[in-house]
Amino acid sequence: MSISPGTAGPAALELRGVAKSFGAVVALQDANLTVQLNSIHALVGENGAGKSTLVKIIAGLYQRDAGDFLLRGETVNFKSTAESKASGIAVIYQEPTLFPDLSVTENIFMGRQPTNRFGRIDRKAMRAEVEELFGRLAVRIDPDRPAEGLSIADQQIIEIAKAISLDARVLIMDEPTAALSGVEVERLFAVARSLRDEGRALVFISHRFDEVFALCDMITVMRDGEYISTDSIEDTSVAEIVRRMVGRDVTELFPKTVAPIGDVVLEVSGLSVAGLFHDISFSVRAGEIVGLAGLVGAGRSEVARAVFGIDRYDRGSVSISGTRVPRRNPVAAMNLGLALVPEDRRKQGLVVDSTVARNTTMAIQRSLVQSGLLTSTAENAAARIWASRLEVKTNALDAIVGTLSGGNQQKVVLAKWLATNPRVLIIDEPTRGIDVGTKAEVHRLLSELAGQGLAILMISSELPEVLGMADRVLVMREGRITAEISRADATSETVMYAATHASETHS
Amino acid sequence: MSTLTVKPAPNVVLHGLGVFLRARETSILLALLLVIVVTTIKNPNFLFSSDGFRDLLLTPSILILVAVGQAIVIITRSVDLSVGSTLGLTAYLTGRLFLDVPGIPIIVVFLAGIAFGAVLGLINGALVAFAKVPALVITLGTLYAYRGVNVLWAGSDRINASDMPKNFLALGTTEYLSIPLLTIIALIVLIAAGWYMRNTRGGREFYAIGSEPAAAELYGLKVTKRILVAFIACGALTGLAGVLYAARYGTINSQAGSGLELDAVAAAVIGGVAIFGGSGTVWGAAIGAVLLLTINRALPILGVQDFWQRAVVGALIIGAIVLDRLLALRQSRKLLESRDDSND
Repeated sequence: MSISPGTAGPAALELRGVAKSFGAVVALQDANLTVQLNSIHALVGENGAGKSTLVKIIAGLYQRDAGDFLLRGETVNFKSTAESKASGIAVIYQEPTLFPDLSVTENIFMGRQPTNRFGRIDRKAMRAEVEELFGRLAVRIDPDRPAEGLSIADQQIIEIAKAISLDARVLIMDEPTAALSGVEVERLFAVARSLRDEGRALVFISHRFDEVFALCDMITVMRDGEYISTDSIEDTSVAEIVRRMVGRDVTELFPKTVAPIGDVVLEVSGLSVAGLFHDISFSVRAGEIVGLAGLVGAGRSEVARAVFGIDRYDRGSVSISGTRVPRRNPVAAMNLGLALVPEDRRKQGLVVDSTVARNTTMAIQRSLVQSGLLTSTAENAAARIWASRLEVKTNALDAIVGTLSGGNQQKVVLAKWLATNPRVLIIDEPTRGIDVGTKAEVHRLLSELAGQGLAILMISSELPEVLGMADRVLVMREGRITAEISRADATSETVMYAATHASETHS
Repeated sequence: MSTLTVKPAPNVVLHGLGVFLRARETSILLALLLVIVVTTIKNPNFLFSSDGFRDLLLTPSILILVAVGQAIVIITRSVDLSVGSTLGLTAYLTGRLFLDVPGIPIIVVFLAGIAFGAVLGLINGALVAFAKVPALVITLGTLYAYRGVNVLWAGSDRINASDMPKNFLALGTTEYLSIPLLTIIALIVLIAAGWYMRNTRGGREFYAIGSEPAAAELYGLKVTKRILVAFIACGALTGLAGVLYAARYGTINSQAGSGLELDAVAAAVIGGVAIFGGSGTVWGAAIGAVLLLTINRALPILGVQDFWQRAVVGALIIGAIVLDRLLALRQSRKLLESRDDSND
């Protein structure tokens, strides 16, 4: 049992040398985190640094491959979320998962509803407690309404209410403020502080440094699945933390070349869908990479889907080089030169059980058909061109796509779309789940394509990627574009500020 | 469900009435009443003869039991297609017990039928919960497997009314205050299941798992156990229905209950149980069962040709699903718009 210097007893939560791999992908290799009671501990790192994996291990959702996990000095091995919960750990996830058909009250109490001695749920007591909880959080949500259709902010509030009502000793908040307004954040912080003063331990994961420094006592930095440092918040600075988080030269990773910028190709104006996004207007020029930044749930992927014609929209228009793109007609969009590389390549971008050649030629299959037949000779010939241009690393063109690495899968999706000879490429999270080396390759490829006159709209949650690659950055927050920032003015601070604060003026 | 975005009315009676009128079950109940009224106008004997009234209650009683079990499984986002075969097996077991164990007490036969049904349900549940294969596939397999066992066991034998004790067969026709015993049993089961599904943790967890399995995992609910319980409950209720089937019809061959699974799923769907789980009630499924079988009896009286009767039932099922979908779309649109309003 280790006792940290300067504290009276064992740490509320301690992880040492924790490792976790998924197949060949190493998510964590040496993670450390020590959280004391009566403290709020910040956990920071870039997307993909392994924070969420660590949280899931603490929550009992994943089991660690190696390392120690101690709770109040005792080793624990959670095999389920129920065990973690029973030990007094509550986790508020980045993207809340609620029961859409059930009422807000039931969502808070599911699995532990107060009952009388006949096993009958005491609805009155349940409702009274929810009202008290909401009163304490100063929020107004109808406890009887179904969880379906709640905003992310409200869903977070429900998660927080749940954790408080669980009386958890260790509270882990995975970007709880991501979708909250300023007032809501202040309210949450007041509650967090009072929970700390009651003797609980809190772990706070956030990308907003102003919040981290305003709220937390300690800060741990992670990078590429490894522990970097832990400091008292007074002994460090934002600049120092950012340097440790990034830990490498940004320009190396993002070989952005300056391309001549031509005419407007993609023009989107006034696009709206009730409940998802509102009045989205922007344009992308030939040779230009426009970054679309924002937090998870801001509505970026939804905009992309509507532009491409997968989903319907209520108002607005999309046009390519002046020609109106019809609604809800992806085939017409493709014919006009629009290509969409979706966020979830395994589900939406690839047929993972099919071959590299078949996947590469899927979007141009029609043109390969000769006298009504699609021959593998034709497929392979077309696929070979693109596979070699994009340097897809595979043994054979008839290899099953699902067996390739994430980076190579992404190249196959790109190849599929580039084969259609598009004029506009919308790419959603181009490097999610791809190792650093291949990331740079994908970035180089995007730069090259822009250089050849392709108009690229790049949706990305990775700030360095947006800053490194984009000629212009659009920022969305809660379904609206809140800022348009030129490459020269784009910094982590300006983009993050626009992504997290409601703003009326476009800078 | 009554969890809409309505503020509780000051008057409890009015509030209760509002909930009743908005409930999905109400529309199906009104449809049932409409069918009964129209048919009775055409032929008063449909309701007002003693036989007519008895048939109205008696015919759907066995299906109600199976539909209640089916509803519990569907609410948990599964489906049990093997109920027809399960009913066949338990009905045949009932007859066999009377033949092979002379003088066996009737209550023991009931318990044996229920237990056997529960075991068959457990097999379904275990395959679904542990093998992680969709219930549709598993229970389609056990539909054939259970029926195969039945054929193997019964061969071309048939159990006749004369093979079973008189007082057992009497259960199929006994009435109290002109309400058939079978209907009373179905009602008791319905009330108990309805209470359980609405008022207990276990019942609410069925809804939770069906509504969002990923969230159920995160909440630490015992998903595997719940799925097992749902299938066991469905099997046990079908087992009970099998025993009652033997008492009511008196003749059991190896094909008893075949095709019943479709009636049971149809009853649940018509009664507003969402086919993807998470919403609906056993009450709705029960009313759906009554509507389904009452329509079947009403159509000949109304002069609809035999040929068209199945089509009418089909239209009813599709209509119910389309209605549900429209209501769900309207609801989610309304919720999204109210959210936009509060944001602006």
